[in-house]
Amino acid sequence: MSEVRENEKTVDDSLVLDIQDLTVHYELEDETVEAVNHISLQLKKKRILGLVGETGAGKTSTALAILNLLPNPPGVIKSGSIRVCGNDMLKLSQKELESIRGSSISMIFQDPMTSLNPVYSVGEQIAESIELHEDCTKAEAWEKAEEMLQLVGIPKERIHEYPHQFSGGMKQRVVIAIALACNPKLLLADEPTTALDVTIQAQVLDMMCDLKTKFDMAMIFITHDLGIVAQICDEVAVMYAGRIIEQGTLREVFNHTKHPYTEGLFNSLPDIENREAELQPIQGMMPDPTKLPEGCAFAPRCPYAKPECINTPQKERSFSETHKVLCSAYDDPTFRIRREEC
Amino acid sequence: MHKYIIKRILMLIPVTIGVSLLVFVMLDLAPGTVVDIIGGEMTTEEIAELNHELGYDRSVFYRYFIYMKGLLHGDLGTSYIYKVDVWKLYMQRLPATLQLAGASVFLAIVLSIPLGIKAATKHGGVTDNLSMVAALLGLSMPNFWLGMMLIVLFSNQLGWLPSYGATDGFKSLILPAFTIGTGLMATLTRTTRSSMLDVLRADYLRTARSKGVPEKKVVKKHALKNALIPIITIIGTQLGNAVGGAVVTENVFAWPGVGRLIIDAINQRDTNTVTGCIIMTTVMICIIQVVVDVVYAFVDPRLRAQYASAKTRKKPEKVQGGAAA
Repeated sequence: MSEVRENEKTVDDSLVLDIQDLTVHYELEDETVEAVNHISLQLKKKRILGLVGETGAGKTSTALAILNLLPNPPGVIKSGSIRVCGNDMLKLSQKELESIRGSSISMIFQDPMTSLNPVYSVGEQIAESIELHEDCTKAEAWEKAEEMLQLVGIPKERIHEYPHQFSGGMKQRVVIAIALACNPKLLLADEPTTALDVTIQAQVLDMMCDLKTKFDMAMIFITHDLGIVAQICDEVAVMYAGRIIEQGTLREVFNHTKHPYTEGLFNSLPDIENREAELQPIQGMMPDPTKLPEGCAFAPRCPYAKPECINTPQKERSFSETHKVLCSAYDDPTFRIRREEC
Repeated sequence: MHKYIIKRILMLIPVTIGVSLLVFVMLDLAPGTVVDIIGGEMTTEEIAELNHELGYDRSVFYRYFIYMKGLLHGDLGTSYIYKVDVWKLYMQRLPATLQLAGASVFLAIVLSIPLGIKAATKHGGVTDNLSMVAALLGLSMPNFWLGMMLIVLFSNQLGWLPSYGATDGFKSLILPAFTIGTGLMATLTRTTRSSMLDVLRADYLRTARSKGVPEKKVVKKHALKNALIPIITIIGTQLGNAVGGAVVTENVFAWPGVGRLIIDAINQRDTNTVTGCIIMTTVMICIIQVVVDVVYAFVDPRLRAQYASAKTRKKPEKVQGGAAA
């Protein structure tokens, strides 16, 4: 543990997460699913990055790879490096990984209904994390578990209750309490509000933002809800077929959208000012992740696509220091998407 | 919880009535009576008198009624053959049966659960394949054959262990316990493995790993407790079977247990002994099942809640008038 902590100091202090050229494949018996392909991401202290994309885009695989928790087999990290607080997650021993998970980095999973162990009380599940990572007695861990429970808005009297005695929203709060129990520096929130109804969603989001400020942590917020991204994120990365096709600050991605797919996502949102207008979904389906084209995977659905898009490997294009887009159409200097022209 | 237990124990009454009636009717349908066996050298008058005394000149239901009247007073009847109380006879034989049942189930628990866990965590590996082949062998080998082979090897050839009876203490227990335990081990290993395989895919194990719980603890603490319910069910069922007397194994090893007593009594048409022993076995199995239910509640809080709600289910709160409209 001490070695791990020492390493942290040697790297850029403000950078909590640094992913370079990460590729994750699921190697099945007769085919290979290319879930994440050559992505790079950086996240600084106290920042929230929204990782957006449709189902199957590789968001959860990315998060699991960060924790080095991909189900293996079939999940394999083919290339790249992942540094969390300076620690290379792919080179650490199992013991070192266990000491980082839950303390420096935590994850909130998508489905609160199945994320909690049904045969242990919520108190035991929160205190377990504290006991593992902090030098404290069982009683002290239990006391801190009570505090955490109160922090997420659950009365401490309920600490001895079991997951089946809680509603979905309450369970998600417990999952959040477990994730935050040891004040992690990086929190991976994998669609933490998807399984909840809208009112509870708002409560959980507010609470997460408060806690983020309180604990000074960085967060990757995985979602396909652009409304939530606009509400809480500082930066946005849009994933499609295992690649980050556009990333930048919230302002850059939302107000100066460059990628046709991102534009498609915005177009498919209902327009609150024109309630009569029909929704404009992106036509077609995401490509089969076992047979991704050499060029742009979005080309078959892209209204701007040219014949060469599908075969030519894409180049990343920077529009500012932070705004990066993966689209060959910008090889033509006059190219503009419609959203930008408006 | 206690109300649930009382309810389960009360269920013994209809079960006992049904089981005893079945035993009476089936023994009546079998050819011959105890009088044919013990009355070999008796005169016709003596036989008629004995038939009258034991109720064989009346219908089976009359005899059943008389027996049940005695049972209501806690009397399991008197053995026609041994001329002693069936209760005494049963209690004489019970310790040997319990010893054998306990030893074989213990053997199965100690060996099978770790093996099943290992097979599940290393799914598809060498341990998994070997243990599954061994389990298949264990399930396929008939007890009487395995018992005889063990006797041939360890008693006749090597001379290490006694081949019959229970007079040598622990030494005489080894072969019969292993004979019964083999089938048990096979079933329990397979159950543990499949139950663990189901649980090992659960999301909450990913949560446990994500908070830094070491892999060994993830399996032993988080997964095993969730996989225990089917394992406990199998242990309970097997223990119930074993307490009823392992008829075949007890005969092969001349083990003085309840199983042999029942078989001897059936052969001699000793209706009172058969019925008494089977009623006692029913009671024992029922007690084991209640214990299993209590253990369930300890393992899984959701079942505890179910038991608790079962006692209040019959008392719905009064709905205020007009609310339904």
